[in-house]
Formats: sequence, C-alpha cells, structure tokens
Amino acid sequence: MIEIRWHGRGGQGAKTASQLLADAAFMSGKYVQSFPEYGPERSGAPITAYNRISDERCLIHSNIYEPDFVVVVDETLIESVDVTSGLKEEGAVIINSSRSPDELRGSLKGYRGRVCAIDARKISMDCLGSYFPNTPMLAAVVAVSGCVDREQFLSDMETSYRHKFAKKPQVIEGNLKCLKAAMEEVRG
Amino acid sequence: MSIRERLSGNEAIATAMRQIEPDVFAMFPITPSTEIPQYYASYVADGKVDTEFVCMESEHSALSACLGAEAAGCRAVTATSSAGLSYMNEILYVAGSMRLPVVIAVSCRALTGPININHDYSDSMAERDSGFIQLYGENNQEVYDNYLMAHRVAEHPDVRLPLMVCEDGFITSHAIENIELEEDAAVKAFVGTYEPEHYLLNVNEPLAAGPYGISAYYMEARVAQAEAMKRAKQVILDVSADFEKTFGRSYGLFESYMMDDAEVAMVIMGSSAGTAKACVDGLRSRGIKAGLIKVRVFRPFPGEEIAEALKNCRAVAVMDKSEGFSSCGGPLFAETASACINLDKRPKMIDVVFGLGGRDFTVKAADSVYSRLLDIASGGDIGPVYSHLGQREG
Repeated sequence: MIEIRWHGRGGQGAKTASQLLADAAFMSGKYVQSFPEYGPERSGAPITAYNRISDERCLIHSNIYEPDFVVVVDETLIESVDVTSGLKEEGAVIINSSRSPDELRGSLKGYRGRVCAIDARKISMDCLGSYFPNTPMLAAVVAVSGCVDREQFLSDMETSYRHKFAKKPQVIEGNLKCLKAAMEEVRG
Repeated sequence: MSIRERLSGNEAIATAMRQIEPDVFAMFPITPSTEIPQYYASYVADGKVDTEFVCMESEHSALSACLGAEAAGCRAVTATSSAGLSYMNEILYVAGSMRLPVVIAVSCRALTGPININHDYSDSMAERDSGFIQLYGENNQEVYDNYLMAHRVAEHPDVRLPLMVCEDGFITSHAIENIELEEDAAVKAFVGTYEPEHYLLNVNEPLAAGPYGISAYYMEARVAQAEAMKRAKQVILDVSADFEKTFGRSYGLFESYMMDDAEVAMVIMGSSAGTAKACVDGLRSRGIKAGLIKVRVFRPFPGEEIAEALKNCRAVAVMDKSEGFSSCGGPLFAETASACINLDKRPKMIDVVFGLGGRDFTVKAADSVYSRLLDIASGGDIGPVYSHLGQREG
C-alpha cells in the first residue's frame, strides 16, 4: 500500500488533485482512497488531503501520519506547516517550486529522504497559458512514486480528458503536454 | 453483473436513490449530507428520474412533506445530518407512530456545541428512541448496499416502520473509494414497487392518518409499534439473505470479525470498525486472540445475538462515538451491557467514548484499547468502566 499526503491552500485544488490521482490509480486496477481533512473552509487556509493506493481494499479510515510521499502544492506552506512530519525516509517530498531540491531541503526540518522540486507554475503557464498547479503536481507524484505505470497513466488520462473536456477539446492537448513535461522535468 | 466504480459515500447513496427512483424527494441541505440532494437534483434536471423533487424551507418541513407523500401512498426519501436531524425530531416520532416507511439517509455529524461539522454519532444516537430502524455502514459499499435493502425492510408488511441509512460524515460521505455498483434494472427488480395496504389516495377505503390517540388507544399503538420493531430483526435477516443470493455480498445484524476464539473484543460501529480490523489483523499475526463485533443494525438492537457472540470473551470494550452525558457510559455501552446482564458467565466490560467531533481514530488508538483489554483479561484491575480516548489532557 502506498500512502500519500497532500498539502495545499484552500482553493488551489489539492483535494481535486488527490481525486485525480485516485482516478488514475483506479483506472490502472487498484483499490483507492481519496479523502480531504475538513475544517472551516476558507480560501487560502492550509488544507490536507490524502490517498491510499493498494492491491486490496483499504480497511483503515484514519488520516495518514506516516506517508510514503508528501506533495506540497504551495511552496509557502513549508514555512508554517511541518510538511515532512512522519514522512518515511525511503519516500520523498515533492514541492511545487522553482528552487532547487538542495535549496528546499534547508527549510524541511531535517528530513533526510528524497526532496523533489517541480516548477508547476512554469509548466502550467507554458502548456496551458494559465496557472493550474494540479496537473503538473499529479504527473510529478506519479513519476516519483511509481504508484501507477507511466505509459498507462498517460493513456488513461487522455481517455479521461477526452470524456471530461468533450465540449472543450482545445484544452486536451495542453493538459497532456503539461503531464508529459512535468514527468520529465521533476528534479531530485 | 456488478459495475466496478469509485464513488464517495454521498454519491453512492444518490446513485442507489436514482436506481430506486422514489416518488418524492423532499430536501433541505446541511453539511455533510448536502451532496446527496445535489446529485439527485442533477438526475432530475437531466431527466434520468421521474421523482417529485421538493426544496423545502427546513428539515422539519422536508420530513413533513415526506410523511404527506408516504401517507398518500408514495415512496418518499430525504437526507440530512446533525442539527438537520435534530430539527426533524418531532416528525421522526410521527413517522414511526404513523407507520410510514420513509427512508432518511443520514451523514452522521456531531451536534453543536461547540459547533462542528465533522463526524460522530451524536445526531443519530439522539434519535435512537424515535421509532426508526437504524442501519450503519463501514464504507461506501456497505452504505450503498444498506440503501438497496432499506425500502424492502421498511415497507415489509410485518414492519412498516421508517428507516435511517447512516454513513459516517466526511469519513465515508466525502471519501472516494472503490465500489461495486449493481445494474439499474437489477436494483429495480430487487427493491420492487411500493404497494401500501392502506393509503389516503385510495378512494375505496377512506381513512384518517395521524389522529389523536386518547389514553384508551395510545398504549396499544405504541405496543404495536414496539412489536413491529421486534419483527424487523427477522425481516432484515431475510432481506439480507435475498440480497446475498442476488448480489453476492453477505450481511447480518452485525459482523463478527475473528470472534470464534476471541478472548478480548471490541464492539464498534461504522468506519472505525475498518481501522480496528486492521489492528485485530496485527494482533492476530502476533498470536493474540483479539476479535471485533461491528454493529450494523442498532435499531432494532440485536441484544440476544450480541450477548451470544460475546459470552466466551474475557474482556470487552464497547466503543461509543457519541457522548450521552449519562455519567456512566454511552448508548452503545448501555445496550450491550444490558444485553449481557443475564448471561451466566459474562465478560468484564468497559466503555470507551472516542472520535467526538471528528477526532481521528487510528490503528494505534485501537491498539491501546486492546492492550487495556488484555491486561483486564489476565486479571488486571478493570480501571474506570467509562472513559474517553484521544482527548488532550488539561
């Protein structure tokens, strides 16, 4: 079983990203859980979402305290939230940042595992012309965690986009480009 | 053929409702159940269902509208949570006494205060004496399956009682997990159409619905209702057996998990039971004889059957996810302990109140309860019979 914790800010779509990851894993034949941790919902407040991905149905329904992977959708959170709390050393933290993994490591309260960086803003602006960090972060976590086969992921996502954006086919290509670019450009 | 899907608990319930296609859905939104009428409204707008969908001005009115529809001879449903269920309180009792098999989906949420949107059973437990049958599910699959069985149980001529299908707010209602859905036609065939024996729109049989019950009649009405609740137990078992024959998934009044030779056991409900099962698996792998009873049917309470299942245990923890302020334990403990009172040999029993207002329940927390039970089972001091788990000190 792979356990993933997402850190984002209300309105950025961390919950949606965790649902998209669950979708991708589901399509590849896995058992999935995707759930947010709810509090008073305020735009911009720190929020957490979770994924469990497994070959068997997941019995556990608690939050995740010792994740295999952590995804940080908003870089500014690493100043105020202990994002690597409980993160397994053989796992990785994936941060949306233009900084290098070595620079980021200094802000991570001594985490000794793998630190990955992905400039989701740049990729999103280049491929989509506007800032949607979800798509590149989703591709980055698939690339780093290996929780879903890369080729299968891309083909499943294409099917999903063709269905989801049936009335807006012009955005399909940009999103696919975004996924591929993120898988190649994730550093660390 | 089952359909492999991934849905939240709320969407699973809305899907079951769409497949059953009730005559009336009267609603007033409240977190975390709001998505159920929200999904259903889209089915109505898309022409997928032929249901009278009524937006009311309160939960009290929403349930009243359901009662009117049921009395007229329709199948009526609603969904609610927390204060919404409390606001229905007066009408819940009316539904029970009028013997109207309305079905309410409850996304269980804490009651105020302090105000809180997260999960516990304060809302549904507060209505345990309202005359509703209550079914609880561990995950989206069980909630969906309970919903497919709900109308058949409630409408059965031996029962004719209202019913709540309870899911854990957010933990189940908003978590997306795998689920096996059944085909629309198979669901419709299983649930069948509602053919009430007596109803207001039957011109051949004029009748009064919900009249005043003077002292000479009130008690007879209440006893008849109590007898119907007793009969509901067998009907639930019969419908569950037919469900297993039709769709392959097996349900009883409760689930016994590793109970055959269990020396210590938990009695627990809902999603926390899954987490506790993971803990039992760990204990079993170390040779510890731990087990678990997950209560699916809280009303009618399967007291005799649970006592039978617990009688050979040495120590039992009843896990209450609501605080009843009785000062000696929560509602599940009161039921379980009284069910065991006439056993010749009975286990030591403690009550643990946990998970209030969304306080997370982990495998580690479950493990701490089993550790305490093992200590009691080996002759240790029972300690406080009624205690709380997971709160900060001070």
